[in-house]
Amino acid sequence: MISGIYYTSYEQDMALRKTPAQRIRLAILILLLLSFPFFASRYYLTLANQIGIAVIGAIGLNILVGYTGQISLGQGAFMAVGAYTAGILTAHYGVPWWASIPVAALFTALVGTFFGLPSLRLKGLYLAIATLAAQVIILWIVTHWKAVTGGVEALVVPTPKLFGVKMNTDFNFYWVIWGTAVLITIMTVNLFRTHYGRAFVAIRDQDIAASVMGIDLFRYKLLAFAISSFVVGLAGALLAHYRTIVNWERFTMDVSVTYLAMIIIGGLGSVTGSYLGAAFMTLLPALITNLGRAMKASFPAIEGLIPFIQLAIFGLVIIIFLIFESEGLNKIWKDIKDYFRLWPFSY
Amino acid sequence: MQRGFSSQLNSSSLRPGELQLSVEHLQLNFGGVTALLGVDLQIRQGEIFAIIGPNGAGKTSLLNCISGLYHPQRGRILFYHNGEHDLTHLRPHQIARLGVARTFQNIELFRHMTVLDNLLAGAHIHMKSNLLASLIYWGMAQREQIQFRRFIEDIIELLEIQAIRNKVVATLPYGLQKRVELGRALALRPAILLLDEPMAGMNTEEKEDMARFILDVNEEYGVTIVLIEHDMGVVMDISDRVAVLNFGQKIAEGTPDEVRNNPLVIEAYLGEEHAALLSRPFSKS
Ligand SMILES: Nc1ncnc2c1ncn2[C@@H]1O[C@H](COP(=O)(O)OP(=O)(O)OP(=O)(O)O)[C@@H](O)[C@H]1O
Ligand SMILES: [Mg+2]
Repeated sequence: MISGIYYTSYEQDMALRKTPAQRIRLAILILLLLSFPFFASRYYLTLANQIGIAVIGAIGLNILVGYTGQISLGQGAFMAVGAYTAGILTAHYGVPWWASIPVAALFTALVGTFFGLPSLRLKGLYLAIATLAAQVIILWIVTHWKAVTGGVEALVVPTPKLFGVKMNTDFNFYWVIWGTAVLITIMTVNLFRTHYGRAFVAIRDQDIAASVMGIDLFRYKLLAFAISSFVVGLAGALLAHYRTIVNWERFTMDVSVTYLAMIIIGGLGSVTGSYLGAAFMTLLPALITNLGRAMKASFPAIEGLIPFIQLAIFGLVIIIFLIFESEGLNKIWKDIKDYFRLWPFSY
Repeated sequence: MQRGFSSQLNSSSLRPGELQLSVEHLQLNFGGVTALLGVDLQIRQGEIFAIIGPNGAGKTSLLNCISGLYHPQRGRILFYHNGEHDLTHLRPHQIARLGVARTFQNIELFRHMTVLDNLLAGAHIHMKSNLLASLIYWGMAQREQIQFRRFIEDIIELLEIQAIRNKVVATLPYGLQKRVELGRALALRPAILLLDEPMAGMNTEEKEDMARFILDVNEEYGVTIVLIEHDMGVVMDISDRVAVLNFGQKIAEGTPDEVRNNPLVIEAYLGEEHAALLSRPFSKS
């Protein structure tokens, strides 16, 4: 709670960042984001790009699961739709890479809306199973429609170029990824300041009351699927042009589960949480791998075990969050901020 | 107290006393259970119309039919607001758009939202900015949000919940939650307001507050109120007319005095604690 600060107009009161501390924090963050590529090594730049794509994917999933309460296990498949659409448009039809990205996102929105239709009748776990069907069906199509997707072999996408400059270097694509991430962040935050976002949250909290307040459940559930899949498709499309190779193995059920873990650990129904979860779930495996390598000298057997250790730690972390901090890292972050807001007068 | 609402609270197009809601021969079954059996009601603009009856009489079911959550097997529900509307086969959100607002017997707020957001969500049907404008926010959507924020502040003032406007609803005590739920229904700018036991589980003071708010909304803004309530004292005090349901049938209707002295009603309540309450002397405040 902020106390002692009074707002003189609704405009001020409704602003997102009300205190100087909040604005300064944002400014520092932006500065960091802008300067990072200039001093980071290639390794960290790659990580930053991975996090950026994960952030976009996590925000997309959070809109559907965290904010609207519609559980989805189809994340991997929807990313695949984005990636393959973008890849195919550029590789087979010569569409410029930058144009293929929004088109792919739109197409993913369409597919997502279609697979969102069961949400009109199903809730909770039943809906989760229905979206699992989306995951299975889409991956089946991707691996079997050889003529278009390349089947189980990877689809190779031409190198993205802008004015003759190769774009898929870590440095250049950093701007594409993080530019998109910032844009999506702003739009998502805005969405949840208006009646659209409120309708989503209302449906999550109490769908019957929502309908009685005049919210068309049909329309808004499908809209949540559409917007969510648009953003998820965007993440997939970016991945396609960043890697210049699209491989079905990157979009399996594991991916769906990993993204769910991301938003649970980060914080359901929170944009900040999507950032924290995406960073955490990208950095943790990297950290484990590095640790494993470092320990290889003394424990040679450890290298083969790394994937299993990763899985075990993931599982453990998710369980810990579910039990002890169901609001995720975002809650911890908030607690820290609250502590320092009153600092040094807190006790 | 100054109560200059920046927007109109009551959206009814009717003049006081005109027929607003007509329930005709309503019948509703759940498998073998008959919840409503040939119920007829006529509710007029501007009145406080109470529906009473023992537990399981079908009161909530009736409200659920009106707001489109249940669909009756027989009969129909007509609503007058810029013409005649048959509500019987409409979906809940379509009925809400005509100005039918309600609260629930067991509070059904958006638990993780703040009080402000709950009330703003109540005004959903009036918000017009499209998706693109909302994503951009700056400009049109922002203007709209500020305009509604003003309207919501008027409701907050009316219900005296200024101190809790930024609190998350789930953290509030029961009595305040009931009040917030009334506020959310008011934010819809109701033409008619359906209240399902708004005072259940409250202490005397909270009940008095709630009764005062209901009377305010009715008397100052002319909002029609359909009130289900078990507390006979309150019902007899504030209602203009009362209908009594028993086993899904309407067994009596009239002014509080008429209903109180109706032998059928006394019989329906016999053996219940309410019998004593019914015979209590009342004074219209
Ligand atoms: N969704 C439902 N499914 C099956 N039966 C129902 C349903 N809703 C209500 N009923 C039945 O219909 C009858 C009327 O119930 P209703 O809830 O309308 O009573 P009520 O008058 O509101 O009672 P109370 O004073 O306890 O709230 C009861 O027998 C109830 O069991
Ligand atoms: Mg009831």
